[in-house]
Order: sequence, then C-alpha cells, then structure tokens
Amino acid sequence: MTFNSANLLPVLPEIAILITAAVVLVGDLYLKEKDKGVNHALALVGLLVAFALTGLVGGGGRVLAFDGNVVRDLMSDVLKAAALILSALAFIYARPWLKDRSLLAGEYYVLALCAVLGMLVMISANTFLTLYLGLELLALSLYALVAFDRDSKGGSEAAMKYFVLGALGSGLLLYGISMIYGATGSIELGAVARAVAEQGTSNKVLVFGIAFLVIGIGFKFGAVPFHMWVPDIYEGAPTPVALFVSSAPKVAAFAMTVRMLVEGLSALHTDWQGMLVILAVASIGLGNVAAIAQTNIKRMFGYSTISHVGFIFLGLLAGSAQGYAAAMFYTLIYALMSAGAFGILIILSREGFDAEKLEDLKGLNERDPWYAAMMALLMFSAAGVPPTVGFMGKLLVLEAVVRVDMVWLALVAVFFSIIGAFYYLRVVKFIYFDQPTTAVPIVTTCAVRATMTVNGLAILFLGLFPAALLGLCQAAFR
Amino acid sequence: MESGFPLLTLIIWLPIAGGIAVLASGDGNRSLSRWMALTFAVLTFVVSLGLWIGFDSTTAKMQFVEHVSWIPSVKVFYYLGVDGISMPLIVLTTFVTIFVVVAGWDVIRYRPSQYLAAFLIMEGIMVGVFAALDALLFYVLWEAMLIPMFIIIGVWGGPNRVYATIKFFLFTFFGSVFMLVALIYLYFKAGSFSILDFHALELGMTAQVLIFIAFLLAFAVKVPMFPVHTWLPDAHVEAPTGGSVILAAIMLKIGGYGFLRFSLPIAPDASASLDWLIIAMSLIAVIYIGFVALVQQDMKKLIAYSSIAHMGFVTLGFFIVFSIVRHTGGSAGSVMGIEGGMVQMVSHGFISGALFLCVGVLYDRVHSRQIADYGGVINTMPWFGAFLVFFAMSNAGLPGTSGFVGEFMVILAAFRADFWFAFLAATTLVLAAAFTLWMVKRVVFGEVGNPKVAALQDVNGREIFNLGALAAAVLAFGLWPAPLVNVMHTTVQNLVVQVGACKLPTAEAAACLRGKPAPVASLAP
Repeated sequence: MTFNSANLLPVLPEIAILITAAVVLVGDLYLKEKDKGVNHALALVGLLVAFALTGLVGGGGRVLAFDGNVVRDLMSDVLKAAALILSALAFIYARPWLKDRSLLAGEYYVLALCAVLGMLVMISANTFLTLYLGLELLALSLYALVAFDRDSKGGSEAAMKYFVLGALGSGLLLYGISMIYGATGSIELGAVARAVAEQGTSNKVLVFGIAFLVIGIGFKFGAVPFHMWVPDIYEGAPTPVALFVSSAPKVAAFAMTVRMLVEGLSALHTDWQGMLVILAVASIGLGNVAAIAQTNIKRMFGYSTISHVGFIFLGLLAGSAQGYAAAMFYTLIYALMSAGAFGILIILSREGFDAEKLEDLKGLNERDPWYAAMMALLMFSAAGVPPTVGFMGKLLVLEAVVRVDMVWLALVAVFFSIIGAFYYLRVVKFIYFDQPTTAVPIVTTCAVRATMTVNGLAILFLGLFPAALLGLCQAAFR
Repeated sequence: MESGFPLLTLIIWLPIAGGIAVLASGDGNRSLSRWMALTFAVLTFVVSLGLWIGFDSTTAKMQFVEHVSWIPSVKVFYYLGVDGISMPLIVLTTFVTIFVVVAGWDVIRYRPSQYLAAFLIMEGIMVGVFAALDALLFYVLWEAMLIPMFIIIGVWGGPNRVYATIKFFLFTFFGSVFMLVALIYLYFKAGSFSILDFHALELGMTAQVLIFIAFLLAFAVKVPMFPVHTWLPDAHVEAPTGGSVILAAIMLKIGGYGFLRFSLPIAPDASASLDWLIIAMSLIAVIYIGFVALVQQDMKKLIAYSSIAHMGFVTLGFFIVFSIVRHTGGSAGSVMGIEGGMVQMVSHGFISGALFLCVGVLYDRVHSRQIADYGGVINTMPWFGAFLVFFAMSNAGLPGTSGFVGEFMVILAAFRADFWFAFLAATTLVLAAAFTLWMVKRVVFGEVGNPKVAALQDVNGREIFNLGALAAAVLAFGLWPAPLVNVMHTTVQNLVVQVGACKLPTAEAAACLRGKPAPVASLAP
C-alpha cells in the first residue's frame, strides 16, 4: 500500500473530514465559552470542502485505490454528497438547540464528524474489512452522541441500549463476514463475487454467511424483527442526535447493503431476496401499525422509519438495476424528509423545553404558518401523497417490484401505506385543526428558517421534477 | 390536433398561481384577498370558455393536446388533452368555483386568504385531473386533490370536522392506492403511462378483472357508490358550504369520469362480465339511499344522500351498455345511457351545488342545519324560498329543469336493457320528489316556526347572484340540452365502439362476449 496521488485522490473527501475533526478537537481547547460557535462554522466549512472535493474527484469511471480496499464510483459520489448535505442540515438545525442548553462544545462536532467519516468510508468500501471499519467508526460515534447530554437520564439509557444492540448487530455481521471469508477465501468484494458465482448455493457456509449478513443489515437499518432499538433510541436521544441518527447513516447503510449484497453476493440473489421479502413486509406492516399507537412524536418517527426501511428493502429485493436505483432514490428522500421532520421538532423546542409529544405540534399554523406548511408537506410526503417526492419514491419502488412479477408485494405495501397515512394525517390535524396550547412565540435564526425552507420546498420540487435526482440514481447502477 | 397555445396548461396553472398569490396576500387585507380570488376564478372561467368555443365536436380525438416530457427515464409525460367527456366537466369546474369564492365572501372569518387559496389551488388540480392523458399525471393530481380538501374540511368545518376529514381522506386514499398498483401494472404491460396506450392494450380476462376491481375501488369510493358511500354524509355535514359545493358538484364527478376514462375502455371485457355488480350497486343507491334520505333530520345530510342516489343514476347509465347489447343484440340506446349519465353529472353539479349554497344561506343566519329548527322561512325570505323550491323541484327531476334530462335519458336507455332496471330506476322520480319536497315543506312553508326564523333577512345581492346564475344554468340545460349533448356525442359514440370491441388476446378470444372486431384505431394525435 503506497501513499501516492493515485491512491489519495479518491479519498480526498474523507481526508478533509478527518482534518476538520482534528482541527475542531484541538481548536476547541483554545476557545472561550462565548466563541464556541466557531466549532460550528469550522464543521460546516469542513463539510462544504468535503462536498466540493467529492464533486472534484467524482465523475467518470470506477476507480479502485489502496489495493482494492477503497472504491470510487458514481454511486459513492452521489451517496457521499448526500451524506454530507444531510449532515450539514443536521448541524444547522442542531445549533440553536445546543446553544440554548450550553452544549455547543467541540465534542459534539468531533463525534459527529467522526460519524460522517465513518459513513464516507462505508460508502466507498470495497472490502468487508473497510466496510466494517467504517461501520464501527460510525456506530461508536453515534453511541457517544446519543449519550452526549450527560445530565439526561433518557439519553444515557438510550445510549446503553443502542450500544448493546448495536454491538450485537455488529457481531452478527462480523460472524457472517467471517463465514463468507471462509467460503470464498477473500474479503475483497470483486473476488468474493467471482468465487460465489463459481460455487453457487452448493456451499452451505456461504448461505449461512448471507443469513448473518442480512441480519446484520437488518440491525443497522432497523428492519423488523431487528428493530427494537429504533423507537427507544429515537425517543431517548436528544432531538438533534435523533435527527442525525435517522437521516445520513441510513444513506451509509444503504451503501453497505448494496456493496455487500449486490456487488459481493448478487449471484445468490434468490437466497437473500426471500429474506429481504420477509424483512420488508414485516417492517412495513409493524412500522405502520405500531406508529398509530404512539403519543411521543419522536417514537412515532422511529416506527415510521421502520416502515420506510421496508420500502427501501422492497426496491433492493427486486434485484434489478431499476430496483436498486429506486431504493437509492427512496433512501435519499427518506433521509431528507426525516431531517426536515426532526428539524421542525428542534425548532419547536426552546430552552428548558423539548417538543416530544404530538400535542406539542398543536396549532402550529397559528404560531407560524410557514413552518406549519413545511411540516405538512413533510408529512404528506412521508405518507406518499402526490405531488410530494414521497409519492415518487413509493411509485418507483412499487414499479420495480411489479416489474419482477411480485404484484402481491406491491399490494401489501400500498395496503399498509393506507394505515400509515393515518398517523401522518394526525400530525397535520394537530398542526392545522387544533388551537395552540402555548402562547410562547417560535424564535428561530435566519439560517434555520432558510434551511427549513429549502428542505421543505425540496420535498415539493423533487416531487414535481424528480428526473434529475432519479437520473443520478439510475446512472449509479448502469 | 396539436394546438399552438397551451390553453389547458393555462386553465390548470392560472388558478394555482392565483391561489399562491392570494395566500401571499395574507389575512391583513381581507377585501384584497377576496377580490384577487374572485378575479382569478372569473378569469379562469373566461379562459376555459375558450375550450368550449374552440372545441371541435365532430371528432373523438383528443384536442388541445400538450405533450411535454416530465420524467424521461420512466417515460412519464406532461400530457394533456380533452375530448367531449372531459371538456364539459372542466368548464363545470371553473364555473362552480366562482360561486364557491362568492359564497365564502364574508362568511369565512378565520384566515380567509388560506381558505380562498385552497379552493383556487383545488380548482387547478381538478381541471388537471380531467385534462390529464398520462396516467401518472392523472394519479398525482387525483391524490393531490385530497390535500386542499382535507384542510378545508378540517380547518373551516363543523364541530365533528376532524373525524369527518380523516375519514374522507382515508376512504379515498384506500381506494386510490389500489388504482396505483393497477396503473403500474398497465405501465409495465404497455410500456408507457399514456392512457390512450392503455386503451389499445390487449389484456387477458384475469388481468382485466383485477384491474377493473382496482379501478372500481378507487372510483366507487369517489362517486360514491353503495356500500362505500359512508364518508360522504359525514364530509358534507362537517364541510363549510364551499367545501360541500365542490365535493358534490365536482369531486363526485371525478369518480364518474374515471369510469368512462379508465374502467370501460381499459377493461371492457371485465366490465361486460361484471356489469351486474355495478348495476346492482347503482340500483341499491337509487332506492335504498333514497329511503335513507327520506328520514334525515339534517338538511346537508339529506342532500348528501340525495347526491348518492343521483350518482347511482350516473353509474347505471354508464354500465347499462352491456345489458343493452345482450338484450337487443345491438348497441342502439347505449350511447343514450352514457350521455344521460354525463348530462346527469353536469346537471347534478349545478343542482347539488345550488342546494348546498341554499343550506349555507340558512346556516349563516341561524347556525343550524336541522330541519326542525326551521319552518315558514318563505314568510321572512320570499326570494330565498322561491330559489329553494326551484332547486328542490329540479332535484326531484321536474321536466324543464336539467335534472329531468339526464334521468329521463338513463331511464329510456334502461328500458332497452331490462324493464325492471328501468322500473327500479324510475322509483327515484317518486323518492327524490318525496325527500326533497318534504324537506322543502318543513323548512320553507307553514307558519313561522320560531323567533329565529321570524328574524331572518332575505338573501343579499351576492347570494342572489350565486343562486340566480345556477338557476339560469339549470333552466337553460333543462330546456335546451342539445349543446351539451352535441359536444359529447361523437366522443361517446366512439367510446361505445371501444367498449364494444373485445380486448382479450387471441388465445382467449373464445370467451369474447361480443365478437372480436378490428382493433380500435388509436386516438393518439
């Protein structure tokens, strides 16, 4: 392994994030309490630079670096860019919340940037080892972030649960990887793919390996029946962290799934397809039904995430380029919706008060019509009502499923979306049909308002003109 | 026929742009928002008259076609066009919206700009639904329509509005998602989302039946047909007057339009073999719902049930076609059935809209919709009483009003199919007369019922404008329905030819009920 420009160029975005994290870590020591905002600015600049570098080194054909450990292709370009944008959204929304609680410390940004680095590594991994390294970097940073508010009992409890279950998931994943390594003699995805194509399902170790991989993926995505941590973490974690956990890491998890199942094990598609069908149907069903019973909106979003994960799996299990593109599209827009929805919760929170109950949204239209409209858009989109982008995502996924002659799956999915529509509508009901219970005005910074405007209108704009984003997703799987 | 000027786009986007402008004007200056909304509504109607004037009723081809790429990788197009079926409904939409804006003039006190904007945006979306020739565009607009209506009922509705609006949304959403799966399946088979390509697509019987059922779920909820009609009385009772008017006058028609545009031409063989189901549901709606209407205590609920019964006529007229062929061996009369259904839809748009406006007039003054709270209104509101009696008569199908024309045509067509269909359908003439006139008797005539009625003021200028214009329309189409029928005649004839052709693949051709003539020529321009 040599550190020459051919190897370093593709990983420039990762390097930029690492440098930013290091700078923030050291620089924070020299900052006075009132200057902590500099951390925020530095982190955003780092994300921006990484974003620009992704664009600069991106485009063109597939490039392998570091002896095949790292890959740069169109999919990694798009997903990296998306992960960086989503992280920037999370940082911008989080700032007022952190400031109000005197938590605007460097640690938050260091941990979050490390998580971003982990995501980028996952996205461009080309061996199981790199994948696992990225995953653990991401996961460990997230565990710490969830417990970031030291005085919060709920946060510590959630972090503990997250850590134990996350470690279990990682363990199962690693176990699966070791089996596949044993069966194929390689951890490099290309070599694994070749070996798998030769052996087929004759090798039972391989089949077991896939089962464990899928379980690991299920854990990381939060698919039923490996979903138990999701609602607890969403509820317990501080809202900005829940925002972060629910958006960008899903993009990385999608990349991990594609790298492992599609690039490494596509020859065994029929084997993992059946498993994904079960996960998808269970997730869509349980996620949508359980969400109805929630009164805590963060917990409700947790179940909502589970149901969206089911839709992402629907696209993946179709096993066609179209299906992968649809799943990628869905992942990106889901992450965008989730960031926006949690963003609204942060906006509604203030010093000494966290918006967590559904009732906290009451009369939002009276308090701030613009944020009310944005939240309504986000909810209609999550329910899959046109002309928002959520509908386009569902449409593409369903189309991919129908194309591989699994109409029944499409019917199951739309059936549960009807149930799902109810709890999203209930949020709109609280926003528009109820009177506010508090007269406290909603105070937000210009940056937050502008970001939320862009975030909300993007939901509408992408719904009306999905061609560009869809084109990017399709190009990634051509 | 490719037209140079994008007239349909203008009719769709003008009110939407107007709605956004009204929304932006805020609630600070109420009269500004109102006048802006009215200007946009009238302007849209005037522009939409261009459709009627420029329409060529000698051809069944799509006119005013616009075809622009929307999502190239999925082959979805922004594809608009109208024929004799959709064009009158578009003009009806733009016409009725004016009265909705006027009706909410100073009754709506809570956030009037949002209220008016919701109706204008909805107008654009509904026109789009009628004009869309791309199935995905149709579906997007069809669902998008729910959002403004959901908010209109939920924000400006009555005491039980939240229950009503969520029920409304979920019922409709339930029906339509299955339609989505059917549309995706058709796309998969036809290779494009063009509705006209769907029309020309050969489909096996099983696929046709499943597609037919999926469409039925969507359209039957929207129409609404018995037994999925239960959302309508709730939604009507709780909706503000304008919401009820739009619901009854336009939204229900979209269901009927769906049968003509999708169910009949895409799955004609399934329609032929399942027409008994629709006919049965329609007749139940006419008779059973007629009786249900009779016992209502709430005026809005009564009119809502009356709408369901009248829409039963529409679906009966549409699906009588196959029975006529079976019983007479020819398709003579089937054109009349479908045209009767269409006339009934347009006429019901005027009449039910007017009746809801009438209830609105009373409700604004007394704040009650209960029949028992009124009595002798004619003594204090002579003008209003005259209007209400007139609209009640037309609702009962009095000759000379538009309500008579459609019902008469459908009953005539039903006679060709089966005497008993006609007999059962004709009971509406008795039932509708009974429930509407009885309501009128209790509300309008008799002694002044209570002090509130004694204190009533007669209709003001705006209300006279609303009711007068609708009364003129009812009378005009009742006395001289020819223009309306002529506009749609060629299209309906072509539709009858289309549904007369067997669409089963050659392997299943033996199962064709009606022979297998040459494939229908594509109507794509």
